[in-house]
Amino acid sequence: MNEMTGTPIAHAPGFIANETPRIVTARFDYEDSHTLERYEATDGYQALKKALKKTPEEVHDEVRDATLLGRGGAGFPAGVKWGFCPPGVWPRYLVVNGDESEPGTYKDRLLMELDPHQLIEGCLIACYAVGLSQCFLYIRGEMAVAQERVAQALNDAYGAGYVGKNILGSEFSVDIVLHWGAGAYVVGEETALIESLEGNRGMPRLKPPYFPASIGLYGQPTIVNNVETLANLPWIVQHGADAFTAIGTESSPGTRMVAVSGHVKRPGVYEIVNGTTTFRDLLYGNDMCGGIRDDNQLKAFVPGGGSAPWFTPDQLDLPFEASQVGPQGSMLGSGAIMVMDETTDIPAAALTLTKFYAHESCGKCVPCREGGTWLEQILRRVVTGRGTARDLELLIEVGETICPGEFPHAAVPDKGIEAVPFPYRMTTICFVGPSAFAPIHSALTLFREEFEAKVAGNETRTMIEVAVDV
Amino acid sequence: MSEQDVTEVTVTVNGTEIEAQSGEMLIAAADRAGVHIPRFCYHERMSSVGMCRMCLVDVDTGRGPMLQPSCMVPVSEGMIVDTESDDTKRAQEGILEFLLVNHPLDCPVCDKGGECPLQDQTLAYGPGESRFIEEKRHYEKPIPISDLVHLDRERCILCDRCTRFADEIAGDPLIQFTERGNSTQVLTFPDEPFSSYFSGNTVQICPVGALTAAPYRFKARPWDLEENESTCTTCSMGCRISVQSSRNELVRYLGVDVESVNHGWLCDKGRFNFEAVNSDERLTSPFVRDPDNQRQLLGTDWGSALASSAEAIRRAGPQKVGIIGGSRLTNEDAYAWSKFARSVIGTDNVDAQLGDGLPAELVLGLPPATIADACEADTVLVIGPDLKEELAILHLRLRGAATKGRTQVVQIGAATTGSDSYAQRSIRCQTGEAAKTLSELLSSDDPLAKQLSDGSVVVILGRSSVAESVDPAVATAAVIQAELPHATFLVAVRRGNVRGALDMGLAPGFLPGRTRISNPSASLTEKWKQIPEKSGLGTSEMLQAAAAGQIETLILLGADPLSDFPDRNLAADAIQKTKTVIAIDNFATSSVAQADIVLPATAYGEQSGTTTNIEGRISRVAQKITSPGSTRDDWMIATELAWRLGGDLELTSKEDIWREIEQVAPSHAGITLERVQSSEMFEGILVQQSSIDLALPVPKDTPVADGYGLRLISGRKLWDAATTTEQSPSLRHLAESPSIKVHPNDLQRLGIPSGTEVRVISTRATENLTVTADDNVQRGTAILPFNQPGVGANRFIDATAVINDIRIETL
Ligand SMILES: Cc1cc2nc3c(=O)[nH]c(=O)nc-3n(C[C@H](O)[C@H](O)[C@H](O)COP(=O)(O)O)c2cc1C
Ligand code: SF4
Ligand code: SF4
Ligand code: SF4
Ligand code: FES
Repeated sequence: MNEMTGTPIAHAPGFIANETPRIVTARFDYEDSHTLERYEATDGYQALKKALKKTPEEVHDEVRDATLLGRGGAGFPAGVKWGFCPPGVWPRYLVVNGDESEPGTYKDRLLMELDPHQLIEGCLIACYAVGLSQCFLYIRGEMAVAQERVAQALNDAYGAGYVGKNILGSEFSVDIVLHWGAGAYVVGEETALIESLEGNRGMPRLKPPYFPASIGLYGQPTIVNNVETLANLPWIVQHGADAFTAIGTESSPGTRMVAVSGHVKRPGVYEIVNGTTTFRDLLYGNDMCGGIRDDNQLKAFVPGGGSAPWFTPDQLDLPFEASQVGPQGSMLGSGAIMVMDETTDIPAAALTLTKFYAHESCGKCVPCREGGTWLEQILRRVVTGRGTARDLELLIEVGETICPGEFPHAAVPDKGIEAVPFPYRMTTICFVGPSAFAPIHSALTLFREEFEAKVAGNETRTMIEVAVDV
Repeated sequence: MSEQDVTEVTVTVNGTEIEAQSGEMLIAAADRAGVHIPRFCYHERMSSVGMCRMCLVDVDTGRGPMLQPSCMVPVSEGMIVDTESDDTKRAQEGILEFLLVNHPLDCPVCDKGGECPLQDQTLAYGPGESRFIEEKRHYEKPIPISDLVHLDRERCILCDRCTRFADEIAGDPLIQFTERGNSTQVLTFPDEPFSSYFSGNTVQICPVGALTAAPYRFKARPWDLEENESTCTTCSMGCRISVQSSRNELVRYLGVDVESVNHGWLCDKGRFNFEAVNSDERLTSPFVRDPDNQRQLLGTDWGSALASSAEAIRRAGPQKVGIIGGSRLTNEDAYAWSKFARSVIGTDNVDAQLGDGLPAELVLGLPPATIADACEADTVLVIGPDLKEELAILHLRLRGAATKGRTQVVQIGAATTGSDSYAQRSIRCQTGEAAKTLSELLSSDDPLAKQLSDGSVVVILGRSSVAESVDPAVATAAVIQAELPHATFLVAVRRGNVRGALDMGLAPGFLPGRTRISNPSASLTEKWKQIPEKSGLGTSEMLQAAAAGQIETLILLGADPLSDFPDRNLAADAIQKTKTVIAIDNFATSSVAQADIVLPATAYGEQSGTTTNIEGRISRVAQKITSPGSTRDDWMIATELAWRLGGDLELTSKEDIWREIEQVAPSHAGITLERVQSSEMFEGILVQQSSIDLALPVPKDTPVADGYGLRLISGRKLWDAATTTEQSPSLRHLAESPSIKVHPNDLQRLGIPSGTEVRVISTRATENLTVTADDNVQRGTAILPFNQPGVGANRFIDATAVINDIRIETL
């Protein structure tokens, strides 16, 4: 076994430091990283002071030049999104998406627990740059420690004059309001989050408008950003866009946090260089995951959160670069990598994910509400050995009502299967419906034989027999 | 989007170019072009929610065809749409299969079966068979969510139409989605039923049989239904409806969507009171009072009843006959009675109103506005009754316009109303003092004064309280005429076809066609020959004259003064002192029970003709069923009586009557029978001209309160003891038993705890009633609704007083 060189940190369980530059996790090394004292002692709130000396446009330009890609899933450049606010419409709001619930994703939680002031400073910079007068920080309901730490930090920041009226004696005033979620995955979707903030059922809004920047919270222009996206801002303002783009690639600069779970030797959250780090570096690197558990063979991995189409070892050399991963049939999403080794029961793994998305359907649109549960029911029948070959077709046919046309998937050179590029088409309002189908589609496309084995011997079962069995 | 921004765009739908307005949803544009896109959640009167995904079609805006929900996609120039592509068809099949996955398919026992969009669209666009073999969702079925509506959650396809209607249109968000995902369901809140005045609309717009109406459940199958397009005459709004019957019995009314009036909506009172028409309590043959036992009515035949009636009229002579009522009648029936009174009896003592409306002068003479005018005016000034209670759909239209920001509603009144929630301002004043409050407002520097004087204004003017005389309303009209000369009026007289009856001259001093008795048209003089020269008496004066023994024969033309005239004492006295009371009605109301001769009339749904709504819009009422027993149309009764009095109305049919109205009524000139029978009548024909130059009576001043008593305020409730409500088994129990509401401080001053029984004393009566503390009531006033079952406010009111005060004492 190789010697591991990454550093687990006792007071930051789940985080492993490595040799890459540390932009957002730098303070994790300190045991009191979440306190105002530590934050101020380590350059904290200096970026805010620096920003306040510039015009908002200058700060906005800096962020635009840094090509800071959104870390919430869609990877849209923050600086560009900020520019979508219609001019002259006030007030405008900032909504911080801290609802992190995508299966396998737990990076934002660490940022909120271990460096809440960095997030608050990021929020203030964004508000200053875009002229947002109020910030709503929406934290997932289950994240008790994060809630506590952010609340404490916010109190301290108010006390120290970093938040509130006339911040640091300037003309700039912002209030930050905390809001706890109530346990729905779909509320991570930005328009559902806004509905939830307004006190309505957490259901996505319809598009158009495509961005809440035009019509968002209470009908006002609203910027929704992910926790990690905002946590990058103090560093960018402090060190400049050039320093940021010097790391990573031109189209994916900086670092990003990834959360690895499943069958690796050292699952955890890593800060990696964006655009250049490959999945192989991450899963096999000695300062990172250190290889597959028990030195088993890698069977498959989900590269970007539970809703992403799956990859196999054939795609290990792809870097964390959307423009390369998309054409190969998947996405980087929320930066969650789920690893399955050779011992994995693939249909059962797909069922776990499908069940999650079916359960999390908000029920607003028919294909997701009815289709998701139906897919789960068929798949469960297959996984428990009661299905027939017809069910395998049915899974795809039902899925096609949710996602018509070809669904993206990876190439399998051995089987002569070519990649179908991302994205897919869908009949649903948001991505939850397709997400229930994605694992099934990947699993069936890449590992059809495992499904066939499950239904083998059931050839003579009629639909009636299957039904009676249900 | 302002109107200037709307531009025409060209969209290609299935190869054909169609014109559409930018911003309009694709599904609406396709509808207008005659291309039907299937849908469940979309409803043209509500905002789009894009939930069912049934309306997905291929839309190409230059980047290749993509499936898009057509209820959510605004049209844009050059858009190419294919509603029949393979992808579209597959999506439609798929969505329908999904919808059926959990649908119970209990079509054979479902009210909706046969007219169900889910059935129909499955037939047209659905897959041949279902591949779903799992257990379906199960819920208890059905559960009552209100007295009138049942919910079957298994049948529900979660289209959000009912919930959206309740929230967006009715403003009663009492039904909501609960749970999530596959367990989502529509429900009420615990212990809070869906008690909305508009609940029946949800049944009508539910695209499946999930919501059913108690009065219709299991009554008929759609293929057994016959229908006629008609107009609701329960109040003067004149909502367009489809009257449906099965086996010669009315079973259902549905709202018909007309732009100018009701947008397809109905209130529950109008929707469900068809039950009364079918009631066993209907009068089906004539009665006369038993000469040997004055307490009893004896059945008789039409010949003798008409003969005694004619005799009573002849004996009294023109000055001592009075005719009260007529707003239940169609325009044609009202015309026949108007002609009968003037040209045969020779009396002008006719009044369609029951002393609870406004002088005909105001109704016919104030500059008129339409409902649409109100919904588009800069300001709607409401000084009158609680519209939600009295003109429910007018309230809905105003609410819609106000919540969409098209108009601003301003109210001046003494009590809280159903419009408070959407009004820009609700200005409280003492009862009877709206005119004073308004003139003070207009001479102040309140920005509202400028808003009213600079912008367009529609005034909805009516009696704020039946315990006020007409004087405060007249005073208000005078202030508005003087200070806001640009304002137009919707006069809020409430009862059925009261507008039409007044137009036909059932008001003292007025002739058909909005003319004064002093100024008859040449054609009218020619047809009528004899017209009284002097104005006769209105209802109040007739009752006073009767009480003084000066009226010998009183004809109640569908009127029940004992329940509806504000002053029950006076009405009772008048009826008692009148030698012969002839009642023409559908039911033995409390006044009819006192009559000497009772003539049974046909009811709604049994007669055809026209009716006129609050804005003067003429629309059709249709006969759907045959009338029971020997009931007769009101106009026939007038003709028969005329013959027996030696006259001849020369009217032989409703069509005939309309032709004559068109000739003799100046305001109706040009509205020919052909037009009235044409498709123009779908929206109705608006009659706005009037030759009356308004001479407002001089109002009496409101006396100052004495500080001891409480000023009585009495308005109507939607659910009250109205005959048609009482005679409808499903509605009868919806009226609350009366309780007098007083401000808690006033009660405290009197040392009376809320909820106790007290003695209520006025100049007219002393009665026991329960008192309730309510801090929505202004100090110094007491609110007692009119015509509730039990002790009604009309016992306490003196019709000759401007304002009525009461006192409350412990027992
Ligand atoms: C079903 C669904 C769940 C999502 N959950 C999250 C989440 O938990 N956290 C998050 O930041 N973004 C989530 N997103 C993405 C957000 O909609 C949004 O794109 C993001 O918050 C924008 O921030 P960014 O531009 O900084 O990435 C989700 C999206 C979807 C469709
Ligand atoms: S796809 Fe699912 S989660 Fe998204 S809106 Fe539709 S029902 Fe809700
Ligand atoms: S009850 Fe009817 S109207 Fe209401 S959501 Fe269900 S299907 Fe739609
Ligand atoms: S508002 Fe009036 S006209 Fe309309 S349905 Fe109700 S009672 Fe009938
Ligand atoms: S009608 Fe368009 S989504 Fe339902």
